[in-house]
Amino acid sequence: MSEHAVRQVSHESEESDDDQSGERAETPEGRPNEADTSESQTGASVVVRALESAGVETLFGVQGGAIMPVYDALGKSDLRHVTMAHEQAAAHAADAYGIVAGTPGVCLATSGPGATNLVTGLADADMDSDPVVALTGQVPTNFVGNDAFQETDTTGVTAPITKANYFAGDTDTVGDTVGEAFALASEGRPGPTLVDLPKDVTLAETDAGEPTAETPEHYNPQEKPDADAVAEAARTLETADRPLILAGGGVIKGDASPELRAFATGHDIPVATSMPAVGAFPEDHDRSVGMVGMHGTGPANMAVTHCDTLLAVGCRFDDRLTGGVDSFAPEATVIHIDIDPAEISKNVHAEVPVVGDAGATLAEIGEEMNSTPSVDDWREQISDWKEEYPMTYHAPEDGPVKPQFVVEAFDAATADDAIVTTGVGQHQMWAVQFWTFTEPRTWVSSHGLGTMGYGLPAAIGARMAAADDQQVVSFEGDGSFLMTVQELSVAVRENLDITVAVLNNRYIGMVRQWQDAFFDGNRVASEYDWCPDFATLAEAFGANGFTVDHPDEVADTVEAALAYDGPSVVDFHIDPDENVYPMVASGGANGKFALSEDQL
Amino acid sequence: MSGEDSTSQAGMPGPAPDERPHPDGRRNAHGVRIDPEADAEAERRTAVVSALVEHEPGVLSQVSGLFSRRQFNIESLTVGRTTVDGHARITLVVEETDHGIEQARKQLAKLPTVIQVGELDDNAVRAELVLLKVRGDEPDKVHAITEMYEGQTLDAGPRTITVQITGDQRKIDDAIDAFRQFGIIEIARTGQTALARGDTPTTPGEEPGHSTEPTDSGYETEAERGETNRSTTETN
Repeated sequence: MSEHAVRQVSHESEESDDDQSGERAETPEGRPNEADTSESQTGASVVVRALESAGVETLFGVQGGAIMPVYDALGKSDLRHVTMAHEQAAAHAADAYGIVAGTPGVCLATSGPGATNLVTGLADADMDSDPVVALTGQVPTNFVGNDAFQETDTTGVTAPITKANYFAGDTDTVGDTVGEAFALASEGRPGPTLVDLPKDVTLAETDAGEPTAETPEHYNPQEKPDADAVAEAARTLETADRPLILAGGGVIKGDASPELRAFATGHDIPVATSMPAVGAFPEDHDRSVGMVGMHGTGPANMAVTHCDTLLAVGCRFDDRLTGGVDSFAPEATVIHIDIDPAEISKNVHAEVPVVGDAGATLAEIGEEMNSTPSVDDWREQISDWKEEYPMTYHAPEDGPVKPQFVVEAFDAATADDAIVTTGVGQHQMWAVQFWTFTEPRTWVSSHGLGTMGYGLPAAIGARMAAADDQQVVSFEGDGSFLMTVQELSVAVRENLDITVAVLNNRYIGMVRQWQDAFFDGNRVASEYDWCPDFATLAEAFGANGFTVDHPDEVADTVEAALAYDGPSVVDFHIDPDENVYPMVASGGANGKFALSEDQL
Repeated sequence: MSGEDSTSQAGMPGPAPDERPHPDGRRNAHGVRIDPEADAEAERRTAVVSALVEHEPGVLSQVSGLFSRRQFNIESLTVGRTTVDGHARITLVVEETDHGIEQARKQLAKLPTVIQVGELDDNAVRAELVLLKVRGDEPDKVHAITEMYEGQTLDAGPRTITVQITGDQRKIDDAIDAFRQFGIIEIARTGQTALARGDTPTTPGEEPGHSTEPTDSGYETEAERGETNRSTTETN
């Protein structure tokens, strides 16, 4: 929309404001008025129709002044709206919904504080390339720029943290704008998009036709890889002695898990994953080496350090994964498949860049390969590493409760397709390390932004997208849980069958671990001994609360919490001194992961 | 598991970091595998990047926001409409390493409002405009220098003379040096704008300039275009 168009709309909207007190504006001559045959159509009802034609069923949001027309139209539709306690949670819920469903999650907020409260959730979705569509109310166009009540420059604020955003200044095209936002959120590399909806635009009547859902003409992500690049990748892999596949979040986003499994087993190449890709390859498969990075497994970090050919798929080489770039996969020829050309050679130089869709490209490279690399020695080396560096922990029988034990207990008590969401901190790392993930879209966590408080709202979003019989377990830390604990009210109101496991050590545990390791144990502002009794708190919200103090109580309580049909919260009083290992020091070499604090 | 050997800091089993084999190879700061003997610092160079964008409010702020967020070192930026309705061209001069320039181009191309991005070679046609306000004590000499640089006098009064010079960056720099003797009061430089020379498109695949929307009468369109031009000029 040009500024010209916006001004025009603002002019028209002043007229339509006047019209509200009198008769509605006449239909422009010569244009069919579909609205005449039924109820009159407003910008807001077109927005809702655009949501319906995009296949949306569930939305997450919070009411407010400037978004009221959209809610009014929503109330007349069959769409399910989940009122959240805070807009940040609406964005996280939409994000988690998008991860589990594979289609964009939708969040709504009003102007000003409503929109700014979405910011953390949108930034989180942006870092993790999750498809989210945010709709925000805005003050009427003739007030925009005047510092009106609850006005914020929402498109300005969210520009750096959205894939695209729009100021929808025109009632006649607002449906197409919402449609475009949907198309862009999921096409190519997914990401969050936002449409800012001025109140006069959603209130005004329009005779616009069916909303379209198209990306801009020049937005054409290259899905089919270049044949020469595919051939070069195949030749490089055929001659590899120590090949390793590094699957990134793009494998999940691109639904490329089947192709990854076929490729890795067909060509006998071990698979490591980044944290967002957990579940893309079954972790109980003998070709799996686990997760690479700061808290990744020993075998994965050894394999990435010693491989001679690294096939990275849909991976952006985040610093938590690479450690120091100078020591990352130092001997490897890197083949990098990504649908986003800007990711290739951004952080780690790719000798063989392949732009394309993850699944299609893997399949093409597989077909192009004439032989499978001989990896007997390499396979033996990897299985040695698996024996040398098992994921384990010390658990004395008389207590205290070990967090890893809690994670394992939940894993054992749930089905393979159970969904795990987490907040951010030590508990998140224990969850990813000690749960055996075998299915894509079952690990829902905040990776790039590292947003504490993500777990509970994500569980709400995941619950909405999951199959009815799929279990949803959220691991939270005491500090992380407190950041969005108010969303328990939503889980109770909606009677959502989710189980929150609070791994409570009365610390901002990861900060405490770093303070002990790098700041001489100066535990400033990381001790949370003022934490509430979470079981009582859960009951105050109307949820089912449990407290666990001893390892003996874990199995039964896990069972009882999972059996409860509704939200339950288990407050696990865990060993407060337990730390997360293995650990690669920030900026350090992956191959030098520490197994205890004295190795840091 | 036994409780005897378990202390809170016991950690995990396995060889310690220094007991493990470590490869000799390494990469540089840009993730490029390097010869450890020859690790030269990547040198910066100046590049002219041309971006064809949709002429919409907010595009310039997206582009400048992208450059500041990603810490690309920007020397100058010019923007203006093209002959195609709804298109504008942003010309950026950046001083970066090859890696930085590549990233700047790719990240720029990712913005949904950016249509095409190209980097211009040394052969490109480049120009900059500068306005110089100097002391008017020696008008004849000022006039002579202005002539020498094929400039124009825009304003001349008893105390100040304002001249306009256009040309490539070196010519502008030289002209500014030459005017310094009179005492420069103020300078306004536009920054470089540029087009590829000859038949080469400035951004890859760029169509020769024309309106994409067919209109009934060229003359009227020109008039309308002039109107739109004024009302939509945005500075953001």
